[in-house]
Amino acid sequence: MKLPDLTELALRNLRESVLRNSLTTIGISVGVASLVAMLSLGTGLQQLFSRRLAKSGLFDTVFVSSRRELRGMGREEERTGPNPGESRVLDEPARQEIEHLPNVLEAYPDIRFITELRYEDKPHLTMISALPSSAKSNDAFESMQGSFFSSDTAPEVILQKSFAEELLGKTPPLGAPEPNVAELAKPLLGRELTMRYAQRAAAPAPPQQKNDAATADAGAVGAAYSVVSREQELKIVGISDLDVESMRGPMRAKVFLPLQLAESLHVMQPTDLREIARAASDQPVYSSISVRVKNPTQVQAVEDAVKKMGFTAFSILDASRSVQQVFRVLFAFLGIFGSLALTVASIGIVNTLVMAILERRREIGIMKAIGASDGDVKKLFFAEAGAMGILGGIVGVVLGWAIGQVINFGTNIYLKSQSLPPEHFWAVPWWLVFFAIGFAFLVSLISGLYPAGRAARLDPVQALRYE
Amino acid sequence: MTTAPAISAPPGSVAIAIRSEQLCRHYRMGETLIRAVDGVSLEVRAGEFVALLGSSGSGKSSMLNLIAGLDRPTSGTVVVQDRDLAKLSREELAKYRLHVVGMVFQSFNLIPSMTLAENVELPLRFAEVERSRRDSLVHEALDRVGLRARKDHRPSELSGGEQQRAALARALINRPQLLLADEPTGNLDSHTGTEIMDLVREFNRQLGMTVVMVTHERALAERYARRMIFLADGKLVDQSLNGPAPAQSGTPGGQP
Repeated sequence: MKLPDLTELALRNLRESVLRNSLTTIGISVGVASLVAMLSLGTGLQQLFSRRLAKSGLFDTVFVSSRRELRGMGREEERTGPNPGESRVLDEPARQEIEHLPNVLEAYPDIRFITELRYEDKPHLTMISALPSSAKSNDAFESMQGSFFSSDTAPEVILQKSFAEELLGKTPPLGAPEPNVAELAKPLLGRELTMRYAQRAAAPAPPQQKNDAATADAGAVGAAYSVVSREQELKIVGISDLDVESMRGPMRAKVFLPLQLAESLHVMQPTDLREIARAASDQPVYSSISVRVKNPTQVQAVEDAVKKMGFTAFSILDASRSVQQVFRVLFAFLGIFGSLALTVASIGIVNTLVMAILERRREIGIMKAIGASDGDVKKLFFAEAGAMGILGGIVGVVLGWAIGQVINFGTNIYLKSQSLPPEHFWAVPWWLVFFAIGFAFLVSLISGLYPAGRAARLDPVQALRYE
Repeated sequence: MTTAPAISAPPGSVAIAIRSEQLCRHYRMGETLIRAVDGVSLEVRAGEFVALLGSSGSGKSSMLNLIAGLDRPTSGTVVVQDRDLAKLSREELAKYRLHVVGMVFQSFNLIPSMTLAENVELPLRFAEVERSRRDSLVHEALDRVGLRARKDHRPSELSGGEQQRAALARALINRPQLLLADEPTGNLDSHTGTEIMDLVREFNRQLGMTVVMVTHERALAERYARRMIFLADGKLVDQSLNGPAPAQSGTPGGQP
C-alpha cells in the first residue's frame, strides 16, 4: 500500500474510536510537553548564561598584551615564552596586523585611564574606558537609557548607573533596592561634563598650546614626549544599567567614551611610561588590545595566531568550555527526565493498538482475505502509531511551550516581587520543536512494532471466524 | 461410505483452473485430531461453475479456504492457475488472493466503518492502483451490481442483499479469474438470494470467471451450478452434473 493510502486509512481508523485514540494521543502530548518543558528550561538557562557572558564581552574576545607588559608577574607564558627582549611592542602596526588575521572582526586598543570628571563644578575621580562602535550591538547596552554614541568621534559619554547616582549625589546604602535607571537618566541626559586629563604629546611638544582652559603645567617625562593637562567637554547621551562588578575587560569602567575620540585625545596611560624607551615612532603604543572574533568557535585559532606573533593572548574559552560541559550534563539529565513521561505514553500506544487489534480482528481478516499482505497490515498499524505520535508531538510541543510561558510568567512575577529584573530563562528553539515531534514519532513507531507484528501474523481464517 | 474417488473435470478439457491432489487439512483441537479436509482430489475447469455441497462440518468451507489461499494444506497439493499454493510464500499468497481470487462470504464481510465505495476500492489500494483510475473502476463495479446510487452509504445502512452485492463488486474489482463464494445466500431471503445468484451466474457467463460456491442448499446448487461436488467428513463423496451439459458425457465417480 502506498503512503497516502496508508495515512488516509490510519487517520480514518483513528477517528473510528476517537475517545480512546484521543486519550492515547493526549498521553503522548503530555510526554512530549514534559520533554519540551525540560529541554527548553535547559536551553533557556544556557542562553541566559551565555547572554550574561556575552554582556561581559568575553565570549568572542581575545585579549592581547605585550609580553613585556607581563614581565616579572610570574606568568607561565612569560617563563616558557620567548625572551622578553625578543617580544614585540604592541603598537599601531601590530594592531593592524592582528586585525587582518582571518576571522577577526576588529582589534581595538583598550584605552582605560583614571581621571577627573567635573559635573556642576564638583570633581569626581573615576575609571574611564573607550568603547568601539561595535559595542552598540552588544547585549550589554540593550536596556540602556538614552542612546549610544552618535558617532565614533562624538564628544559624548555614557555613564554607568552607579556613577550616575554619584553625580546626582545619592549613593544608596548597601543592600538597598536597585535604583531605577530611567529615573536616574532624566536629569542627566543631555547635560555636559568636563573631563580633565593628561595628554601625551609627541616630542618636541609645544606645551604652550593655548586651549581655552588648558594649563600647560606639564613637564617632559622623557626625551620622547611630554605631558599636557587638558580639558574636554562631553555630553551625556546614555545611562547604562550595567553592573560594574559583573563586567570584564573594557566594560569594567564607570564611564565610557567613543573609541576614536579617546584615541585622538592621546590620554596619558600608566603603561606609556614603560613603553617610552621602546617607542620607535610617535605611533601610539598600547598596553593591551581586545580582538573580537567572528565566532566563539574561532577564538582558539585567533588566540594561537596572536601568540605566534609574539604577544600574550588569553580568552575565557577554557572557562566557558567547562561551563558548556556542565550544561551538557544538565541537558542530558533534563532530557532523561522529560523522556520518562514519553516512555509511559509509549506504553499507552502499545496498549491502545493491542486493544485495536482485538477489536478489529475481523477487519484484519477481511483485509487479508481480499488481498492485503502481512506487510500492508503491519504498515497500517505502524501508520496509526506514527500518526498518533506526530499528532501527540505537535500538541505536546504547543503544550510544552505554553507550560514554559506560564512558568516564565509566574517566575517573573516572583522575581519582580523580589525586586529582581525579569529574566527570559525559557526558550523553545526550532531544533527542539522538530526534535520533539520527530522523537515522539520515533517512539510511537517503536511502540507500534509489537502490535503491528502481531496484527500482521493474524491467521485470516481464525480472524474471519471471530465475531 | 466409499473411498473418495478422484474427480477430474469433465473431459473435452479446456484449461484446468483448480486441481487438488490428496489435499488434507488436519488440525488439533485439544486431544482430538480434526480432519477438516481429508484427501480430496478434484479438478475444476476454467470458466466452470461448481458447487461444493455438504452438511455443516463436512469440510466444504475448509476446502474453499485452501483454494482461496487463506489456509495452507497439511499435506497434498492444490494448484490454482498453475500456482502450487503450498509452495507460495505468505507474501505471494497475499498477491494471489489480491489478483487471482475474489471472495464473497455468508456474512458479507464489508468493513463497517467504510462506505460502499471505499469498501469496493480497498483491494485497489492494496494493489497500488493509481488514484486517478480507481474512481472509474469503483463506479464500473458498482454499476454492474446496481449500487452506484448508494455508494456513499455505510454497510449498516443497507439491506443484506445490497451488502452482498457490494461484496460482489469488491470481489471483482481486481478482475480475478476465480470467484469463491462461501454460502453467499445464507443470510438472505430466497428472493434476494436469487438476485445474488443471478449476478454470480452473470459473472460466470459474461466475465468467464470460474466460480466455486460452497452451499448446503441443494436446490440452489442445482439451479445455478454446472456441477455439484458432495463432501462429507472432509472427504469427497459424490459429484453430479446439472442441466444440459455442453457436449460432454458423465464424469467418473460413483454415486453414494
